[in-house]
This record gives sequence, structure tokens and C-alpha cells, in this order.
Amino acid sequence: MMKLPLLKRPRFDFWFFVKAVVILAMLFFLVYPFSTLITRSFFSKKAAGVTLDNYATFFSKKYYLDALKNTLLITFASSFTCLLVGAPMAYLMTRYNIFGKNVIYVCIILALMSPPFIGAYSWILLFGRAGFITRLFAGIGVRTPTIYGPGGIILVFTLHLFPYVYLYVAGALGSIDSSLEEAGENLGSSKLRRLFTVTLPVVMPSLLAGTVMVFMTALADFGTPMLLGEGKTRVLPVLVYDAYMSEIGGNANMASALSVIVVMFSLSVLLLQKFYVARKNYAMTALRPPKVVELHGWKRFLVTLPVALVAFLGLLPQLTVVVSSFIQTDFTGFIGGFTLDNYQKILSRLATNITNTYYFSAVAIVFIVIFGMLISYILVRKRGKVASIMDLLVMFPYVIPGSVLGVCLIVAFNRKPIILTGTAAIMIISYVVRKLPYTVRSGSAFLYQMDASVEEASISLGVSPMKTFFKVVARLMLPGILSGAILSWITCINELSSSIMLYSGRTSTIAVAIYQEVMRMSDGTAAALASILTLTTVASLMIFLRFSKGKVSVI
Amino acid sequence: MESHNVNIRDAVKLYGDFKAVAGITLDIKKGEFFTLLGPSGCGKTTLLRMIAGFNTIDSGTISFGENIINNVPAHKRGIGMVFQNYAIFPHLTVSDNVAYGLKAQKVPGTQIGPRVKKALEMVQIEALANRKPNELSGGQQQRVALARAFVIEPSVLLMDEPLSNLDAKLRVQMRTTIKKLQRRLGITTIYVTHDQEEALSISDRIAVMKDGLIMQVGEPTQIYKKPENAFVAGFIGVSNFLDCTIRGGDPLNASVSVGDYTLDNIVLAGPYTGKGKIAARPEYLTLGEEGIKGRIELSTFLGDFIEYEIALENGQTIQLNEYTKDALSIKPDGMDVLVGMDASAVIIYGEGGEVLT
Repeated sequence: MMKLPLLKRPRFDFWFFVKAVVILAMLFFLVYPFSTLITRSFFSKKAAGVTLDNYATFFSKKYYLDALKNTLLITFASSFTCLLVGAPMAYLMTRYNIFGKNVIYVCIILALMSPPFIGAYSWILLFGRAGFITRLFAGIGVRTPTIYGPGGIILVFTLHLFPYVYLYVAGALGSIDSSLEEAGENLGSSKLRRLFTVTLPVVMPSLLAGTVMVFMTALADFGTPMLLGEGKTRVLPVLVYDAYMSEIGGNANMASALSVIVVMFSLSVLLLQKFYVARKNYAMTALRPPKVVELHGWKRFLVTLPVALVAFLGLLPQLTVVVSSFIQTDFTGFIGGFTLDNYQKILSRLATNITNTYYFSAVAIVFIVIFGMLISYILVRKRGKVASIMDLLVMFPYVIPGSVLGVCLIVAFNRKPIILTGTAAIMIISYVVRKLPYTVRSGSAFLYQMDASVEEASISLGVSPMKTFFKVVARLMLPGILSGAILSWITCINELSSSIMLYSGRTSTIAVAIYQEVMRMSDGTAAALASILTLTTVASLMIFLRFSKGKVSVI
Repeated sequence: MESHNVNIRDAVKLYGDFKAVAGITLDIKKGEFFTLLGPSGCGKTTLLRMIAGFNTIDSGTISFGENIINNVPAHKRGIGMVFQNYAIFPHLTVSDNVAYGLKAQKVPGTQIGPRVKKALEMVQIEALANRKPNELSGGQQQRVALARAFVIEPSVLLMDEPLSNLDAKLRVQMRTTIKKLQRRLGITTIYVTHDQEEALSISDRIAVMKDGLIMQVGEPTQIYKKPENAFVAGFIGVSNFLDCTIRGGDPLNASVSVGDYTLDNIVLAGPYTGKGKIAARPEYLTLGEEGIKGRIELSTFLGDFIEYEIALENGQTIQLNEYTKDALSIKPDGMDVLVGMDASAVIIYGEGGEVLT
């Protein structure tokens, strides 16, 4: 019989088409904007041609170096405080019968999911110059410590971001087989020694991963330092914003150079962590999860107290904004008395912001779900060169702070032939690009667990690979992806740092409006807007917790 | 769809430089129950997946009937496949699982119901029609998988170690179900397993594979009684291999000796003199008046037979089985014995493992 030649032509099937579309979209909305950003960073109005002028300015002027110092101080200090708060919380929560464990858990998640600038804002409401508590203590002649400046920023970051450390470490602690610690016990270690010689080294990679998440988020955050820094404590994302917004037309070149520096910074931290974790991986599946110590009476109370206190402080901002949104205000601030005025004002003046927020986020979620499913399928099932490139690209936005992504999209799409600046499209694009990695990650995790033979069974029964994807794979992925999508939805509605760069009058959102209302000292409306976001966040989170039944991680 | 014969010509599958399937030629007859048997890594599953269309064919051809199917995508090959881990659609009920392929074939709605019902009856799970997969045991799930595969009347039915996730008792039960079903439907079936007992009991013919190549093709009795090489003899059932000296200048009257013990009147395929191996299954060895000197190391009573582990004087250890009904008593450990063999029931191999008898 005749031998057929080796046929290795590319197959122009459904997945070829999907890969092409995804890669093109990534090139267009990620690679092209980011490379434009890099190019722009080497140009300056002061010098002709390619120049290192912007970088030279950065490393020589006090204005920039101060911001660098602040950034380093705040991110490192916040990472450290989150570690100090999150890790012991995780230990207590996993090992002891804390009162109201579930409620505390929900509070911790809520602290993470609420936007940090609302945290910053409500700490101003409490401890700011005209804050409730400041005035209360001033009445009896006591001066409260200032909330403005690095200290306040670190406080807000700590209460907002410790859940990262908590969640990673609690996950790791729950997966340590109890026999490992018992082995340490048999070998005669004391309890404390065991904690440091057995337990801690095993949870180290998770501890580090959680801390790196804190670091990256703190580094990327714009709203908190902007509100609490008051223009005196500047950090890099604030400089990016200032450089672009300050003068007419702004200095896009300098903003680009600053953006590149921030990205390099977060990229190197992420790589450092990956390098460390890749070398030390003690991942294990617990056959016998560690025992929970049953405490009684005052001991149980004593262990619960610090945990509950931290959870309460994490939740305090949300409570503060909701309560204060019902208090009457004038130009001097809150003057007391119950009112619905604030809500009436925002509904008449800022209704567009509210609809924009939900509309943009909803559209973004649709794209995130569709692309998330397709990309995670390609990454897991269609491994190859294209998939590796895609993997790299889709994870890249992890290291891009929102304000930097904003600058990227502006410099790329503010000139002919493609002008997107000021449109709803550019807002939605920024949401999709930034939130996609989370969905892809949870989608991939699901697919790794799902046996490929289920798909093959469908194909063998005469259903084409494309139809199989929609009838079987997508159908099975959907619950997990949708829970992930709820989380993305929460972060989209609360998104400030890229929106503030990209919005125009017609496309402003609630988060942007809150920022502006705070800046113009309109506390009542800001509180009402923040309450709308907070309540939406709480409601969405409740749906998520119902829906995911603990199977989908919030991180 | 009418069942087909399957012809495989010089099929090759490469993973880099590694030949997972190293040029296999097989002719599987229409309606035959054909088993690919071999240790893990021998290429049996790779070959099955090439037939299914989940692995590409790097060279050679595979045809169903007259048609070469190399470039036919998996979903157009008209196969039915049963997987090791059942691969039931977890979001569909039992009857929806079975109806899945029929709907894809655009079978009229009025016919789907009766056909699903009949298929479920044939695998005796009609009572479970409305259950969800997570309410089923492993054995029940595999019955659903079986019904789902044959209800579409595939031209070829492929099974990839379908019983290996089931417990021993269920495995024997399902084996019978599959065999009866296959006889009744007459679908050409290609079955992959590493379990030789399963292969012997269920198949019309078996291909024993090793390192991507076929070692022997034959009916179960042929494979068991006349293994063509030492690998097959060792892989199928238990065989004792003893070093021996062969004097076969006259192939029609050769003799083979192990130490002092000599077997005469052996017929070889051709003249051969020199070292070799003699293979004998445990049940063909006898304890008697003459034979190779040895000592019982361990005797184990297994009900219908007694298994002896015997250390021979040449240092080799062999296994010998004696049927309980033929044994006067169980011989104690440490007893000196003589191990004899029947010249007609042994197989003689040359130094290279080639069969001489």
C-alpha cells in the first residue's frame, strides 16, 4: 500500500481562528500600547530624537526621588504590617475555635474587596481635620494623631490588604498534614519551636506570595495616596497622574517614563518571588487536615478578641460611609441630622456616573467571561508555542498598575487613525485587560482538574471540537467562571486608577465622582456614592459566597 | 452504521525521536473482538487513540473498510469509545448522556427515546435513566459509558482499559457483560488492556505489544500455549524460565538438559545446539520420582490448587502449581523434591529469546 507523506499543514479550524483573534487582540490592546509607552519614554520635548532625558530627570530631581522614597517606604512598610497582621490572624483562625468564624471570614473578604480609596476617605471622615473623632477629642482638648501622610496611607493599606496574607497563609495552613506537625512533636520540639521550625518554613512560599500581592497592590494604588497624601506625600502612581494631567496636554513622555519605572519595579518583585517559590515548593495535599484546638471560656474569648478587632477595623470604613451618607452636610462638612438629601443630589446630578459604572462593568464582564474561557482552554489543552506566548501576555497586566495602563492606552489611541480616548470603549478595554488574568487563572485551574476524556467522549460521539467546547467544556466551566466573574465585577465597579486617567465628561464613573467630590469637599455626596459602591460590593460578594460554595478562591 | 474491518499498515507515532508506535501492521476482522495487550508504555493506548483520531498518524495508514481515515477528523470517524475513567458528562442525566450522540447524528426525536431505553436495558441500568452521574457507582457509570458508545451504532467500538478502575469482582461481571453485548451487536471492537487474564477471557484475538511493536498476534489459546517468544511467554500467565543446554543436531530427536535432568524426544523447528532457555508454566510442572533437584521454600494453599515456591539446585527459583484434587497432602516447607516436566508442554527458546519448538 502507498505511504502517505507526512502532512503537517496548519489546520484552519475553530481553535486556529480563536488563537488568531486572541493574539491579535493582545497585540493591539496590550503589546502595541505598552511598546508605544516605552518608545514615548525615550522622547522629550527638551531634546531632539531618542533621549534618556526623562530617566535622567527622574534620578536627579528631588521631586521624583522623594516620590521614589515614599513609594519604597509605603510599599515595604505596608507589606510588613500586612504580614504582621495577616499571618497570626490566619494561624488563630485555622487552629482555634474562634467565636463567629464565618462572620469574621466574610468581614475579611469584604475588607479586601472594598475599594481602598473609600477606606482612605472614611478614615478622613473619622480622623481627618474635620473628622468625627478628631472633633470629639478636640472637644475635650486631646489632639488625635494625623491620618494624613505616610502613616495614614500605611494604616489604610494594612487594613485593606492584610487579607491577601491571611488568605494565602490560611490556605497553606489548612493543607499541612497534621502528621507533619505531630512528627515535629514526637521529635521533642516545643510548641513554639515547632511553629518556627516546621510550620513556618512550610507556609513560607504562601506567606511570601501573599506579601508580594500586598506589595504589588500597594505599589499600584492611586486613590489612597492621592487622598491621604494631600499633594505632599507623593508616590509614583500619583506622579504618573500628575505628569499626565498637570499642564495643558500634560507631559505624556515623562508620564511614560515614570510608568516604565513602576512596571519594572513590580515586575522584578514578581520575578523574585517566582524564582524563590519555584525553588522551594512544599505543596502538599493534607490527608488529615490539622486539628482545631477547642478552647473554652475566657481563653476562647481572648483568642477571638484580636481577630474580631482587626476584622472590625477592616470593616469600619464601609460602616462609616454608609452612616455618614445619611447625615446632613453644608460647605463646612457634616452638621448632623438624618437626611436623604445626599442621595437626591447624586441621583439628579450624577446619575450618568452610576449608569456608566454598571454598564461598563457589565459589558467588560461579558468579554472577560468569553475570552477568559477561550484563553484558559487554549493554555491548558492546546499547549504549544502560541499558548506559551499567550500565557505570558495575558499575565502581564498583573504587573501593570491601573494608572500605567491608563497612560498606555492614551498614548496608543489618542492619534489618528485610531482615536479611542474619551470613549466608553477605552474604559471597557482597560477593565477587560486588567481583570482578565484573574478569570484565566481560575479557568485554567478548573480545566487542569477536568479530565480531557470527557471532551474526547463528546467528539467520539460525532460532535465537532468546536461544538464540544460550547456544549460540554464551557457548560462545565461556567459555574466556576461566573463566580470568578462576580469578583471581577466587584473590582470593575470599584476601579479608580485607570478610570481617572481615561474618563471624559460623558464616561465618568462612580469611583471617579467620589474622588472629585472628596476633592471639592462635598462630603455628603461622596459618602452617598461610596455607599452605593459598598452596598453593591456587599451584595455581589454575598452572591459570590452563595454561588461558589467555597470552591472558588477570592485571590 | 455497518461495522467495518480495520486495517493498519506500518502505523508510526513519534514523540520527538521516541517511537511510541514503531510501525505496526494489523488486520482486524469485521465483528471481531480484538485486544491490544501489553505493559504500560508499550504503545497500545497510543495506537488506539490513533484509530480514534485523537492522535495523529505520523506515517502509515489506518483504514476502516475501504476508506483510509488518516485525515478524517475524530468526530467524523463513526467510532464509539469507552474510556478508563468513564468520561460521563457530569451535567447530564443518564438518559441524556446516552442520547447525546444520537442528537448529534440528528436522529429524529421520536426514535431517540426508544433507542436510549433499549440501550439502557442492554446494560441493565434502565432503572437509573433519570439519575445524575454523581449518584452512580463506578460500575454503573461505566455501563452508561458503554450504552452511550454503542447506541450510536458505531462502525468500530474502541475501549481503553474500561475495567481498570473497578474492583475485582465488578471487573469480572462487567467483562461478561461486555463480551455478551459485543457478540450480540457484532460491532468490530478494539480493546486495550494491560491485564492478561482480562485479555484471554474476553478476546477473539489478541495482539501482544512491547516497545511500540507487535510481539505476537493470535487467539487466546495460541498466545497462552504457543508463545512465539520469551517476552510473550513471560507476559502471559506465569512462566518459569530455566537455563538449559540444547542438543538438537537432529531437530526431530533433540534433547534438553537442566543440570542432571534431561528431557528427550523433543522436536525442534530446526537444528540447534547450545545454551538456551526452557519455559514451563507452573501447572505443567510435576513433583515426582525424577526431575531437577530442589527444595520447597514456601507452600501456599489457594483453595483449588497449592502453589509451591521451589529453590532449584542451580540457584533458580520456580513456581509450581499442584491441583488440590490431585495432591495427597500439602508438602511442607523445607522438603527436598524432584521437579519434573512434560516434554510436550514446554517451550524451548534459543539464546536470543527466539522460539525453537
